[in-house]
Amino acid sequence: MTLLGPILIAGFLSLAIYLGMSDSSVQNVVVVDQAKLVTKAFKDSEFIKFFYTNETLSDSAFGESPYNLMLIVNEHIVENNKAHLYYKKYPSVNVQSYVSNQLDNALEQVKLKLNNIDDKVYSEIRTAVILGLFDYKDQEVESRKVELATVGFFFALIIYMFILLYAVQVMRGVMEEKTNRIIEILVSSVRPFQLMMGKIVGIAFVGLTQFLLWILLTTALMSVFQSMIFTDPLAGEIIAQQQISPELQKELISPEQSKAAVILDLIDRINFPLMTGMFIFYFLGGFLLYSALFAAVGAAVDSEADTQQFVMPLTIPLIFGFIIGEFAVLNPEGSSSVFFSIFPFTSPVVMMIRLANGFTPDTMWQLYLSIILLILGFIFTTWIASKVYRVGILMYGKKVGYKEIWKWLRYGS
Amino acid sequence: MDKLRIEHISKHYRNHTALEDVSFSVKSQSIFGLLGPNGAGKTSLIRIINQITSADSGQIFLDDKLLSEKDIANIGYLPEERGLYKKMKIGEQAIYLAQLKGLSRNDAISKLKYWFDKYDLANWWDKKVEELSKGMAQKVQFITTVLHEPDLLILDEPFSGFDPINTNLIKNEILDLRKKGTTVILSTHNMNSVEEICDDIVLIDNANIILEGKVSELKQRFKPNQFELTFKGNMIGFTNALWTNYDLVETKKEGDLIKANIKLLNDKSLNDLLKIAIDHLEIHEVHEQIPSMNEIFITAVEQKNEPAEIIA
Repeated sequence: MTLLGPILIAGFLSLAIYLGMSDSSVQNVVVVDQAKLVTKAFKDSEFIKFFYTNETLSDSAFGESPYNLMLIVNEHIVENNKAHLYYKKYPSVNVQSYVSNQLDNALEQVKLKLNNIDDKVYSEIRTAVILGLFDYKDQEVESRKVELATVGFFFALIIYMFILLYAVQVMRGVMEEKTNRIIEILVSSVRPFQLMMGKIVGIAFVGLTQFLLWILLTTALMSVFQSMIFTDPLAGEIIAQQQISPELQKELISPEQSKAAVILDLIDRINFPLMTGMFIFYFLGGFLLYSALFAAVGAAVDSEADTQQFVMPLTIPLIFGFIIGEFAVLNPEGSSSVFFSIFPFTSPVVMMIRLANGFTPDTMWQLYLSIILLILGFIFTTWIASKVYRVGILMYGKKVGYKEIWKWLRYGS
Repeated sequence: MDKLRIEHISKHYRNHTALEDVSFSVKSQSIFGLLGPNGAGKTSLIRIINQITSADSGQIFLDDKLLSEKDIANIGYLPEERGLYKKMKIGEQAIYLAQLKGLSRNDAISKLKYWFDKYDLANWWDKKVEELSKGMAQKVQFITTVLHEPDLLILDEPFSGFDPINTNLIKNEILDLRKKGTTVILSTHNMNSVEEICDDIVLIDNANIILEGKVSELKQRFKPNQFELTFKGNMIGFTNALWTNYDLVETKKEGDLIKANIKLLNDKSLNDLLKIAIDHLEIHEVHEQIPSMNEIFITAVEQKNEPAEIIA
């Protein structure tokens, strides 16, 4: 499990990239220029070659031809702005947008001539505003909240996965001890509460270690695979395409470099000591909160099949937190992001996204409140769970429902 | 001296009473039978002694001191429903269980080596529990119960699942442990073993103690004042002579010999019976009918359920 995980992840990722690359073998596009407007107007790329004809190819002729794609530019293209691309194999989005961009550019040139507009004038008129976002109290640096939130989302994803995987493992462990009856030997040596906490804390550290290893190994393996097979020229082409005018392109040193600069800027902005500290806190806090409840479920039931009715309501807030997290990336400071980053059942996931953006002194209280509530939250769930656990582990052959558990909660010590 | 003293223990669950004001004591260095039909309250009591659950009222004293959490290390408990981690190697597992009872790892290993050798399990140290036969797993469980040399052993049905050879092995082990100073509480339905090894018993039924005492005394108390007479001779004359003071319970013919079960009534003694018999019969053998623990168990439980009769 510890070793297999990273190998599988790195293997699958590399396979996906490799297959993606094999798709980007050279695409031959035949342009049927019925309008006689765009012949020779398209720029070939390393992976896309254009060929031109004025004659319509029959379906069978295209089928037998060496062309992969057939672009029909109809006679009325200037009026209707519509073209059809016929494929033998569905082209990737990158190919689609490359072809579409080429056609846009070619038609723009045609329309400029039709309207007697000078090319140079047009480039000057054509506008793409770069909207910089600034907090009025902090005008020095441009905000990159959404990008940062995306980084936070990665941490949130790990926490979400960890809780789901390992809380279920706690439940299985408890159930195993109950069903194979070793539990009675154990509880004659240690208090049920100690046993339950031992299981939870033990698995928490197993999980933490395992994830650390996963991350290290996956990163190492990926870099090995990458150096062996990974280059992605097409992606670079597309970025180059999307730069609208040559002037703008010159302004930005190069697209790759600007991308790297953004990433460096993002890394620079994240408070990593805080982020790492909080990651471990929410990692453990969220795990303790949920796994206590999962332990209680394991203690209450006799078989895996009976866990369903209890596991569902436990996973719903977690999944919900994950969905809220996706919205929170787009609107990191919306009121739902704020609320669910404080609410203990969703905060381990949602707060990670907000943490990447950091807090101002004005909003710091939200982080403190979230931390306090999470601590209170897992003390509460542990307390509830210990009551269910204590009664449940020695209760056999009884179909347990919510009513029964409610009774256990009301038992004295 | 009493090893364990149970005083006025009661335990009520929502819908039923498991124990109602139960008191008894267990002598030091004795084997004590805790008996009763299924559902009588034995397991509840054992769990309370092991501090797995707590009593609603009453107190328990171990060595004249109120039972406390640290006493766990001095008690060995073999539950009736017992299990082991199936996927774990038995050696590691035994070490783990010993450590839970407070032994150091090294102590646990050296003690386990001794017991594993003794019970022919040495080759199984690195095997998983799922590879073991039921009897072997039972042995491992027994070992982990006694390994930390507790003063008080509580064994719930220790013989179930064992073949006669292993049953004997465990029985001798229990006797051995008593000799070394251990006090053993044995909860079982196996009345033969009670008869063979128990010094004292209590019999619990429906949350109450219905019988307690030394095994030897109980047998005396429950004897039906009944004798088996083996003889040759004229049955008819003899039975007529018995008249109203005797009750001929049963007769059996074995070849020439007749065996008659005769209950003495109205304060008659064996001598009185023999006087009559000698006139009519050629007596070969006579002996008193002593009840087995099995019979005592059944009699006591049945009498308890007939409220008219009260047990002394």
